[in-house]
Amino acid sequence: MDQKEHILEVRDLQTSFLTSTGEVKAVRGISFDIGKGESVGIVGESGSGKSVTSLSVMQLLAGTGRITGGSVKLNGEELIGKSKKEMRAIRGKQVAMIFQDPMTSLNPLLTVGDQVGEMLWAHDKNITKEDKKKRVIELFNLVRIPEPEKRYNCYPHEFSGGMRQRVMIAMALACKPDLLIADEPTTALDVSIQDQILKLMRSIQQEMGMSIMFITHDLGVVAELCSRVLVMYGGLVMEEASIFDVFENPCHPYTMGLIASIPDINQDKNKLLQPIPGSPPDMVNPPKGCPFAPRCPYACRICLEELPPVMEVAEGHKSRCWLLDKDAPAKDNPFKQRKEATT
Amino acid sequence: MGKYLVKRAIMMAVTLFMIALLTFSLMHIVPGGPFTSDKQVSQAVLDAMTKKYNLDDPLWKQFFDYIGGVLRFDFGPSYKYQGKTVNDFIVNGMPYTATLGMVTLVFVLLISIPMGIVAALKNGRWQDMVLMTVATFGVTIPSFVIATGLMYIFSYKLGWLPTYGVDSWKGYILPMIAMGGYSISFLARLMRSSLLEVMGQDYIRTARAKGISEFRVVWKHALRNALIPVITVLGPTIANLLTGSFVIEKIFAIPGIGGYFVNSVTQRDYTTIMGMTIFYAAILIAMIFIVDLFYCLIDPRIKYE
Repeated sequence: MDQKEHILEVRDLQTSFLTSTGEVKAVRGISFDIGKGESVGIVGESGSGKSVTSLSVMQLLAGTGRITGGSVKLNGEELIGKSKKEMRAIRGKQVAMIFQDPMTSLNPLLTVGDQVGEMLWAHDKNITKEDKKKRVIELFNLVRIPEPEKRYNCYPHEFSGGMRQRVMIAMALACKPDLLIADEPTTALDVSIQDQILKLMRSIQQEMGMSIMFITHDLGVVAELCSRVLVMYGGLVMEEASIFDVFENPCHPYTMGLIASIPDINQDKNKLLQPIPGSPPDMVNPPKGCPFAPRCPYACRICLEELPPVMEVAEGHKSRCWLLDKDAPAKDNPFKQRKEATT
Repeated sequence: MGKYLVKRAIMMAVTLFMIALLTFSLMHIVPGGPFTSDKQVSQAVLDAMTKKYNLDDPLWKQFFDYIGGVLRFDFGPSYKYQGKTVNDFIVNGMPYTATLGMVTLVFVLLISIPMGIVAALKNGRWQDMVLMTVATFGVTIPSFVIATGLMYIFSYKLGWLPTYGVDSWKGYILPMIAMGGYSISFLARLMRSSLLEVMGQDYIRTARAKGISEFRVVWKHALRNALIPVITVLGPTIANLLTGSFVIEKIFAIPGIGGYFVNSVTQRDYTTIMGMTIFYAAILIAMIFIVDLFYCLIDPRIKYE
């Protein structure tokens, strides 16, 4: 992809939280790009740093969270170091966000029309009341909320979870942002509603052509919407690949573990789901080697001692794993064996 | 809504009746009566007095006669102060008590709400520490100690304000501060914790993600939500302030209703005890009812049916 077409360029981003037990290094130097009109999925388990990455881009980190290094460029413009006021002009206008839980993400005391309209007002203080209402109703139509005129004056508690998420999407789209960050937008919803919301997002993206950064723990959801995937673990991007390569040629044991843990509808009922044993690393004292090494079935001595560098497997396919090193042993090495099998 | 109001009115009446019944029973269980005294009074006089006030009737009849009077807004005569009725006590004392209560209420709200907001927004910084330390003193130091301290400084040492009486507006200042101290501290703490909790809610993050100013985030999105628990305790607080603190009225020699209430209990002045209790209970119940109606206005999720 051409360099100029990048909406978002993140380089070596580092974010920490200060807690009573020490500095939690939630994001430890990640780099990625999102192209114009591209959907990129960020996948990882709880605590992998995926949500913190998105909040760092928005500069909406809660409490003691702060960006300790790196660069975030939106449309070629550096965001790190911008004043609060400059960030406010960007938030909502150039980059908007949808959150995980639609039940708690809307203010219970204000009408949905008011809340969506406020987004328009925030970036166009001269908007008239009539224009605002007209635009909000258009947006409600866009996200397929039935009877938008009637719904305009309703309160969030009068909406179902799926409808509230539609309101959130309408709000995020109000100023036609270049980049939409969706932080687990379907996690809190029923499976059938999840599907509706994903389809809605896909059709809106085709219509409006914005870029999407889609954060989820569900590789299956990513496959529905995204063309490229970043797999995060322990505050690092472990693997970056096209959606096709992630499933066909995963080049990190963690990615392989994630794929193996997806339940298959055709699988033998007596076969148990395959979890990844162990738990995520302590981010106050992150391991000096590969963060996944303690849970990795293929871990060698070097994995525990030294962080693997980012290795390019193919064009646009990168992975952080020592097994891909040219000096890695061929015995019990899934990647070298796979390569032999294909050649 | 209409149906709810009717239901609510019936409930309020039942509550008041139960309070009256309970007070009446307790009053008659406690030994002694209005005419028990150290002085030797002849049996003939006692009998005549008892007869005059119908105290020889069976208790249930006395009770219902009394309730009948209350329904006609007649709280009966005082047994201890000749020629005075309980209505007189309320009519004479209430203006002072209510004025002090209103002034204190406005004072409390003007100080405590901004105090809580500032403390919450400056959470953990020196402003928060200072305000919450002051609030801790306010909650823990009894009002009569504050009153004495205030009198010592402002009346005795500086001579700015009177120590007693409410002949001029100046007389209300010290009682107001002494009486409001507790409520200010309590409400400020409540406001602070409530706002802190709201500021951590997801919808506040949503509001910030819109790119609106932090002032608007607090003013439009956080404050209304944070005020809900404050309004809950406001009902009893208002009732408390309006009916006065007996202690404060005593210290500052304010001729409010508090003094009558305290004296009536020690003197077994049956009608005054009953009258004051019912009057206080009625104000409390009314305030709680008004607060409940306020919820409706502030929170659309609450509907009364």
